[in-house]
Amino acid sequence: MKRTAGLWLLIGLIGYALLPWYLVGDPGFWRFGWLADPVHLGPSALVSMLEGRWWLAAPLVGFAATAATLGLGKGQLTAARGLVASGALGLALMVAQGLLILGHGPRLGVPEGASQPGMGAGALVVAAALLFVLTTGVSGLGKGRGDAFITGLVGAIVALVGLFVFYPMAFVLGRAFELRNGAGFGVSEFFPRLFSPEIWSGACFVGAGWCGPAVNSVILALATAAGTTLLGLAFALIATRTEFRAKKLLRVLSILPIITPPFVIGLALILLFGRAGTITVGLHEIFGIEQSRWLYGFWGVWLSQMLSFTPIAFLVLIGVVEGVSPSMEEASQTLDADRWQTFRYVTWPLMRPGLANAFLLAFIESLADFGNPLVLGGNFDVLSTEIYFSIVGTVADPAQAAILSVTLLVLMLTVFLIQRQWVGKKNYATVTGKADSGRNAALSPALRWTCYGVAIPWAVFTALIYALILFGSFVKLWGYDHSFTLEHYVRAFKIVFRNGIHFVGSAWDSYFTTLWIAGISAPLTAAVGLATAYLLVRQKFAFKNAFEFSTMLSFAIPGTVIGVAYVMAFNFPPVELTGTAIILVIVFVFRNMPVGVRGGIAAMSQLDKSLDEASIMLGANSFTTLRRVIMPLLGPAILAALTYSFVRAITSVSAVIFLVSAQYNMATAFIVGRVENGEYGISIAYASVLIVTMLACILLMQLLIGRRRLRRADRVEAH
Amino acid sequence: MIRLCTVSAIALAAGISVSAAGAATLNVVCSNEQAWCDLMAQNFKIDTGIDVAMVRKSTGEVLAQIRAEAGNPKIDVWWGGTGDPHMIAAAEDLTEASGVDTSQLLGWARNMTDMTDGKAIGVHVGLLGMIYNTEVVAAKKLDAPACWRDLAKPQYKGEIQVANPKSSGTAYTELATLVQLFGEDEGFKLLAEIGANVNQYTKSGSAPGKAVARGETTIGIGFMHDMVNLKKQGFPVQIVAPCEGTGYETGAVSMVKGTPHKEEAKKWIEYVISADAQSAGLEVGVYNIPSNPGAKTDPDAPDMASVKLIDYDYKTYGSSDTRTRLLERWDAEVKNAGGQIQE
Repeated sequence: MKRTAGLWLLIGLIGYALLPWYLVGDPGFWRFGWLADPVHLGPSALVSMLEGRWWLAAPLVGFAATAATLGLGKGQLTAARGLVASGALGLALMVAQGLLILGHGPRLGVPEGASQPGMGAGALVVAAALLFVLTTGVSGLGKGRGDAFITGLVGAIVALVGLFVFYPMAFVLGRAFELRNGAGFGVSEFFPRLFSPEIWSGACFVGAGWCGPAVNSVILALATAAGTTLLGLAFALIATRTEFRAKKLLRVLSILPIITPPFVIGLALILLFGRAGTITVGLHEIFGIEQSRWLYGFWGVWLSQMLSFTPIAFLVLIGVVEGVSPSMEEASQTLDADRWQTFRYVTWPLMRPGLANAFLLAFIESLADFGNPLVLGGNFDVLSTEIYFSIVGTVADPAQAAILSVTLLVLMLTVFLIQRQWVGKKNYATVTGKADSGRNAALSPALRWTCYGVAIPWAVFTALIYALILFGSFVKLWGYDHSFTLEHYVRAFKIVFRNGIHFVGSAWDSYFTTLWIAGISAPLTAAVGLATAYLLVRQKFAFKNAFEFSTMLSFAIPGTVIGVAYVMAFNFPPVELTGTAIILVIVFVFRNMPVGVRGGIAAMSQLDKSLDEASIMLGANSFTTLRRVIMPLLGPAILAALTYSFVRAITSVSAVIFLVSAQYNMATAFIVGRVENGEYGISIAYASVLIVTMLACILLMQLLIGRRRLRRADRVEAH
Repeated sequence: MIRLCTVSAIALAAGISVSAAGAATLNVVCSNEQAWCDLMAQNFKIDTGIDVAMVRKSTGEVLAQIRAEAGNPKIDVWWGGTGDPHMIAAAEDLTEASGVDTSQLLGWARNMTDMTDGKAIGVHVGLLGMIYNTEVVAAKKLDAPACWRDLAKPQYKGEIQVANPKSSGTAYTELATLVQLFGEDEGFKLLAEIGANVNQYTKSGSAPGKAVARGETTIGIGFMHDMVNLKKQGFPVQIVAPCEGTGYETGAVSMVKGTPHKEEAKKWIEYVISADAQSAGLEVGVYNIPSNPGAKTDPDAPDMASVKLIDYDYKTYGSSDTRTRLLERWDAEVKNAGGQIQE
């Protein structure tokens, strides 16, 4: 323990004395300009302090206390307590000086005349060092089984989530308590507004007007979550437990919708089922069914959400369904249960964590979904669109947006708790070290045909939509003038070969930016997400439930709110990030992390603890165990997390719309602009190129990471 | 874990090499059509040699962003989009006067400049109008609408689409126009009558026009220059300037307060109000009316002389008090009273 703490003390002191403490010059630390131009590094904290910024002594106090503890401490426990105290002291002082002394002067009037720019590299290293001194001390107290790696990991994730989820959210949610007409803050208006009939009205059920957005959102989210989970399960069962021939095709089809930029599915649905859509007109001409606008409202949004989110349920479920141990199913059949009974009483209960996580994810996705309700919502208002328009509408009402966000969070918390209750505290471990036959039980015929009956028409429907999208990118005016043209592709992706290669098409800039930002954020997201999942499943520590919930928060909050919150929080010191590419990476990491967490939890619940224990008993520490035993068994979960975060970074709109800057524009922001202007051709052409790019990247990742070797053969027992 | 970390490190390094480049440039946020934004940025760069970084966002988004960034702006100039948000920004002291000479501009553009103490300068005008789908009107044997009052006819039940004035500036302009044309009480009565025919209050102001073009609805209300664009694309639509007269919006350009690139920002503003720069809009299908009398216009584009215009009172209807009051009244008397169409 003392050695680890000493090491961190040394690192911290180096950071304090040598690295530039502040953002440097115009490019700034977060744009990494200083790496290209190391001469103008700017002063370190030590130099700054000696030059008159006396408050920078704050972290030094922490280091001094640490050194004193290490030098004087007698006995483990005293030393550990000393480390905890000194780390906490240093961090607290550092945060205090950062929040009190801002770029344009101090807050609360103390101290007079001081100012400082945003924190940079030095501050980052010093803060990390103080944090790890603190967590090393905590491990010395016997917490986290006395393992400094575990406490350090918990500490790091808590700090990151605190800085990048809670700190910005506080800016927005605080406004929920703002009083009207600038009368300050208070709770007197909060509760009446939170429970106002405007939000919660159920009038549409009795046929007397409009339902509130909260009611609409809940109904929609429940319907979408239930539908996608069942559909995802059908796909997963077909993929793992039948002899279906076109499994690979099914997998690709089920993945297509998540790699589709928003608006595109809605657009395709309108062209098929809208009042003037192909199918609607066909039905009208053949059967005389009246052309109606049924698509605009609940059914349209639900349909497009089903198309968009079924793949997520599938990705979560496939890993779980694959992992259910054949030996359990065999045991059941040996005991004379038939296939249906085996499924009902053995397989189904063992899939609970997967089902629950898929349901929760779909529920949250549906609540936070913005693109589909915008295109197809009609008069069906949901929370996410209402929040967006209370921020950017004709009368900006941030307080209302904050209140609607609180409503959304409450809904999400409720479902989260119900989900926990249903999964319960049972043991779902079926991937153990024990040998099994490696063959999953086949489905009962009735169930198999039900799965086929549900999944195959759906797959055909998906294929139809995509054929239509591709078709749309090659015709002059989708829906009207169907003569073939390559014009849309040329405008977006023209390349000139003259004195080298010039990317002159209008889409290239945002295309490259999007790809490299998504490429950076995907592995970071997977790493943070799976590390969190590991802690949640394998480790015991205080406030675990609160910790788990806090990691889910950023996912449930609509992108618009996150976007505005990030601008408000990170436009000023102490952490100044707006206008950079880093802020985009960070927003993606912390917004998509929950998917890594959920997938990781679902997969890790299946790994028997005896595997960890065996590794620990053979002398490995928890880091080695994580790396050598658990990671290799998590192939599908890692793949899902990587794929999903990569794809989400490319396809998300609402969160980035405030964060994209002139220098770092994203593909979706570009597409939305074109859709708004009615240029569907170029939008669809761009979307098609993105889809192909993502598909290629996913296949590449699949090749690199490979499948987990579970010794489950990809076959089912003979019928 | 290790592999993930390695991958992240490599990716990060790749990111660094990309982001390290880049000198000081003018940051422009543009609320016009993407093609118009790109063309203007490109021309500006060629003519002045100043690098431009441009991003397109809707006016509501820009306003929300410059509010959040007040005091430490990351945007230098805001160009285009409807005038109301520019005026709100001016009133909230988020933008500052650039001191650009506007004497050669048309009267309405100079008005805008005067009203905002030089903070927002008019760049174009968009006229409010109606659009209908000729094929659907013929198939359903409906009359072609010609006036605002026509929209209240029972034969149009479920055929009209309008944006929601709480989310769309276009629809707010329509609301304010009817109130100014008919008086407040009479205007709201008409709105409620039209409301009984409305099949959907869309979020975005340009959505009704697009729905009309594709036959998803029969009649829509919006800005005429967007409609000209749809017609030129080949959709079977007809554009109508309402017989009672109509309102309009003035698009603007503003310099964000506290920008570090004042000189370049000023050059941008001077550039976008010049005749040559504004004429280029025709190349990319911009059919609104430019503020420089020397700029070229399209024969199909709406023309201020041939359309009956009201004297739009920006001072009253742009103020946030009037706005809040009218929108609350709209909620109570139009949205909640309008018959919910069961389809």
